[in-house]
Amino acid sequence: MPTKLERMRQCATYGKGGIGKSTTTQNTVSGLGEMGYHSMIVGCDPKADSTRLILHAKAQATVMDLARESGSVEDLELEDVLLTGVFGIKCVESGGPEPGVGCAGRGVITAINFLEEEGAYTEDLDFVFYDVLGDVVCGGFAMPIREGKAEEIYIVTSGEMMAMYAANNISKGILKYARTGGVRLGGLICNSRKVDREDELISALAEKIGTQMIHFLPRDNIVQHAELRRMTVIEYAPESKQADEYRTLAKKIVENEKLVIPSPLTVDELEELLIEYGIMEVDVEGAAEPTDPKLKQ
Amino acid sequence: MEKRQVLDPTFATKLIEDTLSAYPEKARKERAKHLSVNDPSGTNKVISNVKCRPGVISSRGCTYAGCKGVLVGQIKGMIPISHGPVGCGHYSWSTRRNYATGKRGLNNFTTFHFTTFYQERDIVYGGDKKLDKSLDELFEMFPLAQGASILSECPVGLIGDDIGNVARQKEKETEKWIMPYTCEGFRGVSQSLGHHIANDVWRDWVVEKYEPKDLEPDWEPGPYDVVYIGDYNIGGDAWEILKIFKAIGLRVVARMPSDPDIRDWPKAKYAKLTIVHCARSTQYFAKSMEKKHGVPYYESNFIGATDTFESLREIAEFFDDKIKENVERFIEKWTPFVEKVKKEYGPRLEGKKVMLYVGGLRPRHVAEAIEKDLGMVVLGAGYEFAHDDDYEKIYPKLGEGALIYDDVTQHELDRFVEALKPDLVGSGVKEKYVFQKMGIPFRQMHSWDYSGPYHGILGFLRLARDMDMAINGAPWKHIKAPWKKDKEV
Repeated sequence: MPTKLERMRQCATYGKGGIGKSTTTQNTVSGLGEMGYHSMIVGCDPKADSTRLILHAKAQATVMDLARESGSVEDLELEDVLLTGVFGIKCVESGGPEPGVGCAGRGVITAINFLEEEGAYTEDLDFVFYDVLGDVVCGGFAMPIREGKAEEIYIVTSGEMMAMYAANNISKGILKYARTGGVRLGGLICNSRKVDREDELISALAEKIGTQMIHFLPRDNIVQHAELRRMTVIEYAPESKQADEYRTLAKKIVENEKLVIPSPLTVDELEELLIEYGIMEVDVEGAAEPTDPKLKQ
Repeated sequence: MEKRQVLDPTFATKLIEDTLSAYPEKARKERAKHLSVNDPSGTNKVISNVKCRPGVISSRGCTYAGCKGVLVGQIKGMIPISHGPVGCGHYSWSTRRNYATGKRGLNNFTTFHFTTFYQERDIVYGGDKKLDKSLDELFEMFPLAQGASILSECPVGLIGDDIGNVARQKEKETEKWIMPYTCEGFRGVSQSLGHHIANDVWRDWVVEKYEPKDLEPDWEPGPYDVVYIGDYNIGGDAWEILKIFKAIGLRVVARMPSDPDIRDWPKAKYAKLTIVHCARSTQYFAKSMEKKHGVPYYESNFIGATDTFESLREIAEFFDDKIKENVERFIEKWTPFVEKVKKEYGPRLEGKKVMLYVGGLRPRHVAEAIEKDLGMVVLGAGYEFAHDDDYEKIYPKLGEGALIYDDVTQHELDRFVEALKPDLVGSGVKEKYVFQKMGIPFRQMHSWDYSGPYHGILGFLRLARDMDMAINGAPWKHIKAPWKKDKEV
């Protein structure tokens, strides 16, 4: 059992949609839980799939859904929305509308305000993880990194070009809030898509941004098997190699002291990097060309 | 033309400079473009219809205010719903003295306030369904309502509620008129955009969408059909004018939006003439009727006797001799009355100095009336939300040296009034008590101060009487600050 952290650490995971933020967050927090740390996951995505592996549920009743049923958020009790799952991990989902209506960003703001007012951030917590919708499209989705909230950001990415673009863009957002508040970038988590030289590429990107690739998570089908059973890998196959990878990531996060203000790349710099690692080739005129021979014609 | 000087231009220029000197450099430069000393030839132009400077106190409203308060709230048969949180609807409730006939709650909803009362969950999940349900409940409560006007408040525009879609569905379901106005307050620089939005909705959702015969099978267009638009029936203004139109033989087929029946509006396409009163707020509609259906429009002014007669004569030019004769007969009949009013009030008002600051049209209408008919002198005039074309129209109407102020700030107007010491200030409720406390008689030129109508010939009598009461009324002679009284003792 580790000693309790001196102060609660609030972290947020961002990254391109579909990159595996929710899976990575839940597995990593399971690793922390296994080590004996008390954690809470706050899902900030109207899809509300940030806690299903911890709670073994299809989807948790969300703050906004319950507020909608009961009339207003003031009518809710904390225990209605704050559930405890495997390894004693506390879970809450902000929830929000189906795509195309209303304002999901406001849902995140309302839900986090509710958690603060109702005292969800108890002293026994070591870690709070915010799992945020892929694109920081408006102020609501930046709520978790405003003053007094998450101070460490972990960006989940892969060696695919758009994931790296997204990671770089998120760094720009962090830069904005870093100047006014205490938010820092903790590192890039590479969730492998089996792209060539992926670890080198992400390490290089991390270095350019001024941070680190905190861990390289290899691709393993066991993650899918665990997900289908609504479990984290650590719970489903504790002996597996992948479970160890998540444990390592959790340990690295506990020990992480490299918290930086990022220096995002310009689009040109980013493309240069991609060319350097062979994702883009340069033709005679200097314009980028795809490497796939079929596309070259 | 005789050159009429109301203020020494050097003095007026100095006054503007002194007033502006209180501002920081950037504000001073910007505000300087909004103030000028009038030259009737129109050489000293002001800029207009741009956003207010931060830090000044402006009297402007917002797009929602312009849409709901000015145009849409007047459509008596339609239930006005403010879609959004409760405040906008509540504080714009019954703020305009637009009269309408009918029975409250049966076929007249102008004095009601309805809102969808947005809560957090409506922001997060969208308010479309709540709006839909509100409409159902309203029509159950008020089955005789002709329909509903949906007025968007700011949050609706931010979260993208599709009120147009709700309106279309509900129209099919209920066979009532549902009109969606996307008049979110953050759009535009003043209430002016709200007028434009309302004009466009009227055109697209009523006038172009229906044919008169769909609504009134035996209706036939006639040779003397006119549409009267842009009169808000303040204190019954439009009723005066409708009587006059009847007397000169015109048939008003649609009134927009003074005490209207919305079923008449599609007839606007087949009228012979659109008579516009408030050009600032309704010329958009008039222009589109001219462009699409070839219905010419005429900008009238029914404030003051001279201008009323002149407007009638010019309207008659669009018609045949019969109407022209009627107009002449009308003028002949009423001239002795007008002369009597002038004789009664003229001597008491002649030479009295007035400053005006009203909306987007009235300063030029009122200034002409009180100068031409009552011999008063307008020392300064300005609009809250007018555009350049409105200023082009007011320059020649005012005397040389008169102050022109666009979107005047409280500081500027206070200083101007202090320096010029007018006998009367005509403006709105926001200004009223400031100037009354300065001991200066005041008339509200938006709402006619619980009086009116001021339009037409009988309106001219009331206008003259009210000006006289305001300026020559006894209270002002007795106003003296207590500390000044003490000194005398």
